[in-house]
Amino acid sequence: MKYICLGYIEPGKFQGMTEDERHAMLDACFEYDDHLRANHHFAAGEALQPPESALTLYWKNGKVATTDGPYAETKEQLGGILVLEARDLNHAIQLISQHPGLRYGPWEIRPAADLNEMVRESELRRKKSSEG
Amino acid sequence: MSFHKPEMTSAKPVPLSRAIEVLYRSESGRILATLVRLLGDIDLAEEAMHEAFATALEAWRDSGIPERPRPWLISTARFKAIDGMRRRARFDATQTDLGLYLETQIHDEPQEEEIEDDHLRLIFTCCHPSLAPEGQVALTLREVCGLTTEEIARAFLVTQATLAQRIVRAKAVIRDKAIPYQVPAQQELPERLGAVLQVVYLVFNEGYSAETTGSELSCEAIRLGRLLHELLPEPEVMGLLGLMLLQESRRAARSSPEGDLILLDQQDRSLWNRDQIAEGIGLTESALASRRFGAYTLQAAIAAVHAEAPTTASTDWRQIVALYDGLIQIQPSPVVELNRAVAIAMWKGPEHGLRLIDAMLMRGELTNYHLAHSARADLCRRLGRISEARTSYERALALVRQEPERRFLAGRLRDLK
Repeated sequence: MKYICLGYIEPGKFQGMTEDERHAMLDACFEYDDHLRANHHFAAGEALQPPESALTLYWKNGKVATTDGPYAETKEQLGGILVLEARDLNHAIQLISQHPGLRYGPWEIRPAADLNEMVRESELRRKKSSEG
Repeated sequence: MSFHKPEMTSAKPVPLSRAIEVLYRSESGRILATLVRLLGDIDLAEEAMHEAFATALEAWRDSGIPERPRPWLISTARFKAIDGMRRRARFDATQTDLGLYLETQIHDEPQEEEIEDDHLRLIFTCCHPSLAPEGQVALTLREVCGLTTEEIARAFLVTQATLAQRIVRAKAVIRDKAIPYQVPAQQELPERLGAVLQVVYLVFNEGYSAETTGSELSCEAIRLGRLLHELLPEPEVMGLLGLMLLQESRRAARSSPEGDLILLDQQDRSLWNRDQIAEGIGLTESALASRRFGAYTLQAAIAAVHAEAPTTASTDWRQIVALYDGLIQIQPSPVVELNRAVAIAMWKGPEHGLRLIDAMLMRGELTNYHLAHSARADLCRRLGRISEARTSYERALALVRQEPERRFLAGRLRDLK
């Protein structure tokens, strides 16, 4: 059995932090991710780029239609995350266009953010503080 | 499937995923083109091709890339498409016939010649006049050149979502209007080829004017021009490729290391790329010799006259004016007239050019075009009419949008004092 976990943060909250606060938060998050991984709990997960990078697909008059931005209507709630491996955004659109679930509710496609550099920096900081 | 992440497991100097990405860039256009014909649908063909490349990543891990990867990928993609149709047919009865039809066709391998024709069909389809120009450009770069949505969005400075929607819409038009997958018949060819060349030149010009992402797009346009020339060696294809090469030959000379604009008469001509000039002139001469040339060839010929001149003063301005006369006959436009006026000023003197520009401005032509005012300013400056020059430079400055051009005009205005 799998559980999909959705993380939310208030817009601007991350930007409003001081650099030290930001580092402390990231270090704590990545450390816990490492802990989950070590215990085989972490099956799949990705960080999302900001809502401005989103594109929404919907079903209209028997056809696929698109609009840019996130799908932020109040009626529907986010129901799941599918981590899709695709060549580019249009390939991802094409794959999701064929998903039967699209006929019952919209999908938001968001490119994953590459956090490798941030993780590496965080590891260095943590290593340094444990040595010191 | 991911082709962009380097594989950590491979011990070979070039990881397989990287080699497959290189293969994708050089072959995907041809493979897709043939699959569209075989499967009758761009989306279906594209999905099958992606699956074939993903399968290749597994299948070639031990054996390496086969000697002829293209037929392998095409045939694998066809099987993948049939599998997909069988899967969907379980839920949708109308799909069965198509799958069966494809299965009966599966054994004849497409011939090399057919694949070339398919590639041309794909180009004409992506540049079909029913599509919006921005859709034509996006679709051509993605389907024919193998660029990703993200790469094209970056080059054109639009968001990924905007660019993705252009592609979705363009594909929907192709499907809804059932645009036939074919190279246009001889009587249609000039007009349809015109649309293709316009897309190529649009991509090139985007690269010509943009400060940062420029050279990438210009290179892609030249690559596309070469492909088209290989598939369809029509005079105007030669003319456009020649024109692009001649303009590109001056890239290193036309801006300073600080990104400031350097006009033709100030350029260090030793920086011009001689190989590109030689190739550009060769193509232009072949196009002219055909006697079936058009506007691109004439523009290339003008660029060639500049390329052959050791200095501005020794340029054959008389010939340039004659070429502009020809251009005005085929493609009359105020911008061409403006360029002709500048050439006349170089040939006969500034006052002759100024008279023509003033006449155009009086007719209300090009009044919002910054280059008309900066050309006028320059001629006034050379005639010593400083206050008129200042007014025209100021008007040009108010209309200009590109930053390097703005800096250039501001500099000219300062130098007047």
